[in-house]
Amino acid sequence: MSARNWLVRPELGVVAAVVAAWLFFAVTAGDSGFLTLSGTASYLAIAAELGILAAPVALLMIAGEFDLSIGSTMAASGMTIALCTTELGWPLWAGIAAAAALAVCVGLVNGLIVTRTRLPSFIVTLGTLFILAGGTIGTTRLITGRTQVGGLEDAGGFGTAQKLFAGQIGPFSITLLWWLGLTALATWVLVRTRPGNWIFAVGGAPDAARRLGIPVDRVKILLFMTTALAACLVATFQTVQFRGTDVLRGTGKELEAILAAVLGGTLLTGGRGSVVGAACGALLFGMVQQGIVFSGVDSDWYKVFLGAVLILAVLLNSSVQMRAAEARR
Amino acid sequence: MSHETNGKAPILEADHITKRFGRITALEDVSMRVYASEILCVLGDNGAGKSTLIKTLSGVHPPDEGRLLVDGEPVRFSSPRDALARGIATVYQDLAMVPMLSVVRNFFLGAEPTRGVGPLRRLDLREGEEVVRAELKRMGVELRDMSVPVSALSGGQRQALAIARAIHFGARVLVLDEPTSALGVKQAGIVLRYVMEARTRGCGVILITHNPHHAHMVGDRFTILSRGRCEGTFTKAEISRDELVRRMAGGEELEQLQHELRAS
Repeated sequence: MSARNWLVRPELGVVAAVVAAWLFFAVTAGDSGFLTLSGTASYLAIAAELGILAAPVALLMIAGEFDLSIGSTMAASGMTIALCTTELGWPLWAGIAAAAALAVCVGLVNGLIVTRTRLPSFIVTLGTLFILAGGTIGTTRLITGRTQVGGLEDAGGFGTAQKLFAGQIGPFSITLLWWLGLTALATWVLVRTRPGNWIFAVGGAPDAARRLGIPVDRVKILLFMTTALAACLVATFQTVQFRGTDVLRGTGKELEAILAAVLGGTLLTGGRGSVVGAACGALLFGMVQQGIVFSGVDSDWYKVFLGAVLILAVLLNSSVQMRAAEARR
Repeated sequence: MSHETNGKAPILEADHITKRFGRITALEDVSMRVYASEILCVLGDNGAGKSTLIKTLSGVHPPDEGRLLVDGEPVRFSSPRDALARGIATVYQDLAMVPMLSVVRNFFLGAEPTRGVGPLRRLDLREGEEVVRAELKRMGVELRDMSVPVSALSGGQRQALAIARAIHFGARVLVLDEPTSALGVKQAGIVLRYVMEARTRGCGVILITHNPHHAHMVGDRFTILSRGRCEGTFTKAEISRDELVRRMAGGEELEQLQHELRAS
């Protein structure tokens, strides 16, 4: 690959930002634990959960659509697991299966509405975000009278699930393995398979894609189902880890996932982006969030930094892109 | 060229085609035929019915009256895929390319070569690159790096890629929609060379354009379309470039316009 091709890689900006952030916190917070194994594990755990959401979100955005409903899908999935096990007495695995089925339905509905009505997915999934959030709170209160449900450890199969979804490997959370595995899988699908080629085409030139016989609507619907399933998976991690959940779990995750994807060089208008970039975006997010804690600054401020880094990263990305485009002429 | 005497059926024939949209008649009683190794230019101004004609030939709109014949056999296309299956490929102005995807990925878009089976089925881009290189070379385009995005190619190279793709996937008739309209003189010249190359390779080409200069340089026969009707078909021997220009501009209308300008 030539030097110029490297320059126009979508991940370039975020890789530079990750290195810069790590150096910054290594200097400012190195002596307060940022560089330790447990310090590293702490930001990797945050990055892992966000990264698992960001990978399918990046794919969906490359295909030209948004999913704002994943935050509520997390709340709904977590609560489905909790209610099925504590109220219905189902084994944990049945609860997880029910939550996954719910998530698939949410993705299917999002996808069908977007592809059939041609409404912007931003609006459609904003609608489902509110419907699911309200539905989760309403249902939970109706059944339990509370907004939090705990006591999952008594459910059948909890031990195995805990190993799989909330276990530790040394100081590291097992979610790290899930993240790496799913990122590798999503990257492979995107750059090495036919559906991956279609994802780029669907977002980059939808009319052309349709004329070439690519099942544009099916690609989009499947991607909506994937983002919803990812939300369900992360909700499963959290619900098992905390042995319960509350109705607000996942709030704001949809925006964090979009932030990670955009930091990673995914174009808001579709047609370009990378899963590795989104993973780096999630890593940057976790690093900044934990780095601020280690450096002793009030952690309320981390979002200020993230917002600024987001704008800088996008600026850097677009200027690199423009320069590369000019260089070709 | 006198095709009518060589006994061969045209690859594609439009036989008295009429197409209406509501009360508007977009095409009325239009007939044309294209033979192998021939360039038929369809000339018309804006609103002459060029795009409706393209869509009818390529299977987007079935005609309301009249027939389409492929190899002398009446056909009814219900989708562009049908037309493609019979070897009628249309290259639209946007070329059906994804600008940010690489040359090789665009070439095979929707028909990607793969390796492996089941969940391990994956793109075989290396094999693809060789195919694209060879196809482009036959068009007279040398491209070193097949992994550059299509947006990095010149307008002419992009046209060549689109034409090469259509031919590779079995096009016998190429319907080209204004291939030179967005290009400068030099690039337009390059594209016209590709169009002639397609003819050399045995394709029947229907070149749709509003530019009589470009048309006259490469065309074998010329059909003039005006307000949805055929205003006649001429062989190159029968019509000079100036006559083509005059007819295209709607002769009297142009004189009228000149008169108006002088009067004001």
